[in-house]
Amino acid sequence: MKRPSSLLQTNSLLAMLTVMVMISGAFAAPPAPTDVVAEDLPADGGGAAVVTWTIPEGVDGLEGFQVWRTETVSESTSRVGNERGAALLAIQNQAYANEYQRLVDVEGVAPEDASMQARAVARQAVIDQRTSVTPTETGPHGRFWVLVDTVSDDTDRLQVGKLSPSDEYRFMVYTVAKTSDGGVEKSAASAESGMVLPVASGIDVKRLPLFFILALLCGAVLFFIYWARSGRPITIRKIAGLSAVDEAVGRATEMGRPILYVPGIQDMDDLQTVAGITVLGRVAKTAAEYDARIEVPTSRSLVMSAARETVHSSYLAAGRTDAYNPDLIYYVTDEQFGYTAYASGLIVREKPAACFYMGCFFAESLILAETGNSVGAIQIAGTAMPSQLPFFVAACDYTLIGEEFFAASAYLSGQPDQLGSLKGQDMGKIIVGAVLIVGCLIATAAVVTGSESLMHAVDWFKGSVLSA
Amino acid sequence: MKRIVPLWITAIVGLVLIISNFLPGTRSWGEEATTWFGIIAAVAFVLGGGSLLKVHLKKISDRNSGWAYSMIVLGTFSATLAVGLFKIGVSPNPAFPDVPWSGDVQGQGTPFWWVYEYVFKPLTATMFAMLAFYIASAAFRAFRAKNFEAVLLLGTAFIILLGRTFAGYFMTSWIPVDGPFSGLRLEELSVYIMQVFNTAGNRAIIIGIALGIAGTSLKILMGLDRSYLGGGD
Repeated sequence: MKRPSSLLQTNSLLAMLTVMVMISGAFAAPPAPTDVVAEDLPADGGGAAVVTWTIPEGVDGLEGFQVWRTETVSESTSRVGNERGAALLAIQNQAYANEYQRLVDVEGVAPEDASMQARAVARQAVIDQRTSVTPTETGPHGRFWVLVDTVSDDTDRLQVGKLSPSDEYRFMVYTVAKTSDGGVEKSAASAESGMVLPVASGIDVKRLPLFFILALLCGAVLFFIYWARSGRPITIRKIAGLSAVDEAVGRATEMGRPILYVPGIQDMDDLQTVAGITVLGRVAKTAAEYDARIEVPTSRSLVMSAARETVHSSYLAAGRTDAYNPDLIYYVTDEQFGYTAYASGLIVREKPAACFYMGCFFAESLILAETGNSVGAIQIAGTAMPSQLPFFVAACDYTLIGEEFFAASAYLSGQPDQLGSLKGQDMGKIIVGAVLIVGCLIATAAVVTGSESLMHAVDWFKGSVLSA
Repeated sequence: MKRIVPLWITAIVGLVLIISNFLPGTRSWGEEATTWFGIIAAVAFVLGGGSLLKVHLKKISDRNSGWAYSMIVLGTFSATLAVGLFKIGVSPNPAFPDVPWSGDVQGQGTPFWWVYEYVFKPLTATMFAMLAFYIASAAFRAFRAKNFEAVLLLGTAFIILLGRTFAGYFMTSWIPVDGPFSGLRLEELSVYIMQVFNTAGNRAIIIGIALGIAGTSLKILMGLDRSYLGGGD
């Protein structure tokens, strides 16, 4: 049976239309996500928002989504300033090059003079054109946008952090899909979300576990302080490094050489420096009693003031205020290696009989300790920098490791209040040990059994307790 | 009074810093307190500068040994201060060409930048480079096999050192990477020691330090530890 020609023509047209639609479909951008909503993250410390969107259906080769946020005012100001600066610099360079070329080639001016004159012309060109330079401002929805993150194809929610709690933000999302030729294509921008201000809530819930741990630890310390005050005996193990202070100062006295005391290279806002100043009080008192000379070069002005006050009090307590010399406690420099160079030079020149390194140290620890070792000084170090402890252990005679260093104040004072606080810290260790064992058991059980609830418990612990 | 006022300041500022860590609404208070510290430290720098001048001027006037070095210190100190403070040789910012002091003092090509780049950095690098020699001499002493513990330390250090060099890789390259004994390859062994034994020991020390810091902070906040003020009473 023969088909009518009109029907054949219609079928051909339909087929062509289908092919055209398929081809245009293959090259068409993927649809943008819809229902983009941004909300402030509740019960947080501010600076975080949650963005949600609806994933478009039937997108071939869907790769993921790009989330963008609006620029803040300060970001806009900075960008505009940079663009303007770059444009004016280009004008200046161009004007300089043109003028220099003209002066040298056409007028035959000497290069030095040409350079000077061209600089003046370039500066004038910038002055003349500075009001005409206005940076372009473009972007979807008439705003400037900053890429926040790219997420996978099954994600319809993103928690955005590191925002400024005082700036308002809008968000938009792009669909990212693979094209038939293996490339990647972005959809048009989605509708922008409403404005969101990522303000802080009353309490940061994420930090509550840390608060409870801190409260427990402080409670234990306070309890044992009052326990000690009630007259109950508290013993503390001997700390060799602190017991050796008398030996070191005595040696310096016998040899007639000075004592060098280095209170670290950080300021008074570092607790290690405070602990270092505490030990200095004891060393200075012993030095005053033995009539030994103690020299304290500092790398911070505030540390110098505190050290002077401490050493003065120690000399006062020893009844030797006449022997106190504030000039022996002085400021050198804030610069790490400048200070190290000075202290190393001092060690080599003065050859102190005893060197104390008590505070916060970085790479200079080994330089100082090895220099002290090379002149045969008895050396006692104390720090809470785990990376520097091996160096001090290798090069010094005694080292106060971490918590021993902080225990120095209580150890040296012998006051029940302070010794009680050490007992409280021991309770803290028991608590931490117990938490460690329980945590390890739960994590092991989670891996062995594959239990999701245990996995969630481990994740919660890692995410909220350990990361807080 | 000389003791009580600083104790109260310490207690109040310390409490504010703790509270601001847990109550987001008070976070700005903590930032404010930190700013105050910066201001005090900046003011105290005048004391430091004064001390520096006093020590070195005294050395020069007394003609103590090495007094010439004190002259160099004072000369370079004054020159750097002048170059930085008065923005010597700094071109105006192109955005504000008619404001003479608008340029960046640390911008490339300025005298201050030059001092930093060609004087300060090489000197610092020289001091830092000396560390390599000190590490060698300290390691030589530390790794003497005097007793069982020292032998263990030496053995472990040897594995770590070899495991991080091509020699270590070469020595145990005959052990198949995907076999059951791949963990015995020196580079693997080195990673295992660092990730397990070293990390465990390190964390124990860090936990002790954290507890020590918390305990000491509490003592200072409560005024039990006053040693940082120069004495007990």
